[in-house]
Amino acid sequence: MTTVHVGLPAAVDGGVGASPQRPDGRLKVTGEFAFSSDLWADDMLWGATLRSPHPRARITALDIGPALRVPGVYAVLTHEDVPGAPLYGLEHVDQPVLAAREIRYQGEPIVIVAADHPETARRAARLVEVAYDVLDPVTELAAALDPAGPQVHADRPNLLRHVPIRRGDPHATAAVVVTGEYEVGMQDQAFLGPESGLAVPAEDGGIDLYIATQWLHVDQRQVAACLGLPPEKVRLTLSGVGGAFGAREDLSMQVHACMLALHTGRPVKMVYGREESFFGHVHRHPARLRYEHGADADGRLVYVKARILLDGGAYASSTGAVVANAATLGVGPYDVPNVVMDAYGLYTNNPPCGAMRGFGAVQACFAYESQMDKLAAALGLDPVEVRVRNALTTGDLMPTGQVVEGPAPVAELLRLVRERPPAPAVGDFLPGGTANTTRGEGVVRGVGFGIGIKNVCFSEGFDDFATARVRLELVGGRPAVLVHTAAAEVGQGLVTVQAQIVRTELGVEQVTIAPADTAVGSAGSSSASRQTYMTGGAVRAACQAIRTRLLERLGRAPSTTDNDKKVPFLALEEIAELLGEGAIEETVEWRHRPTHPLDPATGQGDAHVQYAFAAHRATVDVDLELGLVKVVEIVTAQDVGKAVNPGAVAGQIQGGTAQGLGLALMEEIQVVDGKVRNPSFTDYLLPTIMDMPPMSLDVLELADPHSPYGLRGVGEPPTISSTPAVVAAIRAATGAALTRVPVRPEHIVGV
Amino acid sequence: MRVTCTVNGVDRTADDVWEGESLLYVLRERLGLPGSKNACEQGECGSCTVYLDGTAVCACLVAAGQAAGRDVRTVEGLAPEGGLDPVQRAFLQAGAVQCGFCTPGLIVSVHDLLAHNPQPTDPEIREALAGNLCRCTGYEKIMDAVRLAAADGAGAA
Repeated sequence: MTTVHVGLPAAVDGGVGASPQRPDGRLKVTGEFAFSSDLWADDMLWGATLRSPHPRARITALDIGPALRVPGVYAVLTHEDVPGAPLYGLEHVDQPVLAAREIRYQGEPIVIVAADHPETARRAARLVEVAYDVLDPVTELAAALDPAGPQVHADRPNLLRHVPIRRGDPHATAAVVVTGEYEVGMQDQAFLGPESGLAVPAEDGGIDLYIATQWLHVDQRQVAACLGLPPEKVRLTLSGVGGAFGAREDLSMQVHACMLALHTGRPVKMVYGREESFFGHVHRHPARLRYEHGADADGRLVYVKARILLDGGAYASSTGAVVANAATLGVGPYDVPNVVMDAYGLYTNNPPCGAMRGFGAVQACFAYESQMDKLAAALGLDPVEVRVRNALTTGDLMPTGQVVEGPAPVAELLRLVRERPPAPAVGDFLPGGTANTTRGEGVVRGVGFGIGIKNVCFSEGFDDFATARVRLELVGGRPAVLVHTAAAEVGQGLVTVQAQIVRTELGVEQVTIAPADTAVGSAGSSSASRQTYMTGGAVRAACQAIRTRLLERLGRAPSTTDNDKKVPFLALEEIAELLGEGAIEETVEWRHRPTHPLDPATGQGDAHVQYAFAAHRATVDVDLELGLVKVVEIVTAQDVGKAVNPGAVAGQIQGGTAQGLGLALMEEIQVVDGKVRNPSFTDYLLPTIMDMPPMSLDVLELADPHSPYGLRGVGEPPTISSTPAVVAAIRAATGAALTRVPVRPEHIVGV
Repeated sequence: MRVTCTVNGVDRTADDVWEGESLLYVLRERLGLPGSKNACEQGECGSCTVYLDGTAVCACLVAAGQAAGRDVRTVEGLAPEGGLDPVQRAFLQAGAVQCGFCTPGLIVSVHDLLAHNPQPTDPEIREALAGNLCRCTGYEKIMDAVRLAAADGAGAA
């Protein structure tokens, strides 16, 4: 094969594999970057929401009169004012825009208000008189599972989805058997930028919505349906997104702000406060997991039997897909010949749960990694050794029967974290930190390991695609590129990566990323670790289409191999000359290879696109008397296929690891009788810079043969295995069983 | 009520301020300075950190009336127009910015730390920044940014 090598192969800075600075970085460090809560329009009003204080109730009377009479109030709307479909939802359309009669969770929106000051709107909302018939909420998973028990939705059973997986012999027996029951608390994504947006009524009777979201087009579809407008009259533009982590997959204030704007004819801004934010988005599913692992005397797994219960809360959100992930990834990155797995997602009257980074894989990993440690102890083996003996590798079968294609360096990742030098003998801080609760007496150290597996992109036959429009033109006589997609930059650095791909493919340094909006086709969601793969793939494909057009103008055919070159294929001067005939624009809709549904009875099927792996080693100091933990160091190893932006890859791994540490030690929405007890950053604890230890990384680049540049999704894997690694380290230090996360001091001290 | 104070070296006045409004609200919604962020409204996250008479405070915990007649300096006022403070430059160079919502508050806090302690140790950095939450980075690159800013003499000026 020959490579077309036209013109000078001038090196271009800032391409794939480099770590150029973020194009939005300067605005972000100076405070000029416009987040969705920073938006402002002439004559705008502020929206506020009245929410139910009860997790389960029937509304028997509603009087908005007292709110309407408040000076400065312009609109008070209820379910009767929803212009279109009364319900919305990501997978199941089951969630009311505004509650009509039934209340299914604490915080369910009932009335929305627009006023000239946010405090006026909030106070007016509180004056709305609602009479409730308060009912006993369904809050326990066992009760929700009982077909004879009360139903959360009158028209459907509480069982949202059951995914069974059957592989091999369901009656297999083994020499060594360990069992365990585990529990995962409700974690919050806790993005820092609260739900917010600005809806501006348009002259055509439509609406322009400036919004922080993860997927503009899925918002557009739902908002248009609820407003009773055709999608083209509901135009969405991405505004600055202050973090996402799954919490912006579902709608929050989108329909509400649009309703108020259309009703008043004025722009309406809605910004949730932190307390409202805890009620305004879905959370990570709490889970109860029962596992039985059987192994031979050498520690080779013979079978895994598991039952996973996931609390979906009041509305479906993405529970169905979370259940499938928990089931299909539920034995971890191990080769297991016999599997009996049942994962269930249930409706309850607890807060609705849906997407959060790791998406079903997190809950399962805490349980299966705890089991692997238990198995190691039962066999008298080193915890890493028992994992290595069962490590999944290329060509192995998943419990679904899917062949693991491409690199699966599970054993290598484990060895990398094990072989790192040990943590310093003395950490920067003792447990208790600056509170001086110990000088070292009663403090013991432990080391623990964890490894996890995650699917990348959307699964189970979903038509997953991304659209990119790339325009190559002369600006001031020099070639420049404009990239237009609807892909949501949520902080991960997608805007940087898109420009890097253009530079590598076209050799043009000057790249501008247009604001993301619905004027171009869907990019799919910024979730499932998929955007560099998908929108990156679409941008790359559009660039390749432009190269073909350039070569047509040049009068020669493109080579099949030059797509993989790392040098510009034409000199800038030649591109400039060819562009004399006019700009070139290409729009490409790009898909990953298809996936397939799971068999509903056996769970067999090639459901996933790509698997990704990360391993952690955690070192902790524990104060045995007070039950306080200080994580001294975390070591991570992850295969990323190709580090398109090594700096951003490190940022994802470090940030993801921190969220896993949070779940291990402190992060939980405490729900009692269906009511959230800690909806604030005073009471919902996030890891601070004092809680986080120094982290070191090993990043492998083992190319996936099917993905752009061989890359592997990066965002989620590091969140998955840091939780069990931290808990294993505490177990190693203390000997406590620790079957629940987050671990609390009383679990360690045993009081 | 009317609130007048000096913001980033300029006398500013806000009219029709409701008594319950915070300094953060007045900065963001009345004075056109949304750089200070609104993430928790309880002083837990540090995203709204500003200088008040030279002391770093959470603007969400300062009533607007308390700022009357005083000197406020926000992230927008750290560097001359069009320029970057060394701390801002270090955050960019270190890749310490992801979503960026915590960034303005962190930059003011780091600016304050280095003004008092130009060569902080790692534990001193962590202790000084314990009031600034970041959800994206795990803080590792923020540590890098502070070390970089210190090495560049950010606090010496």
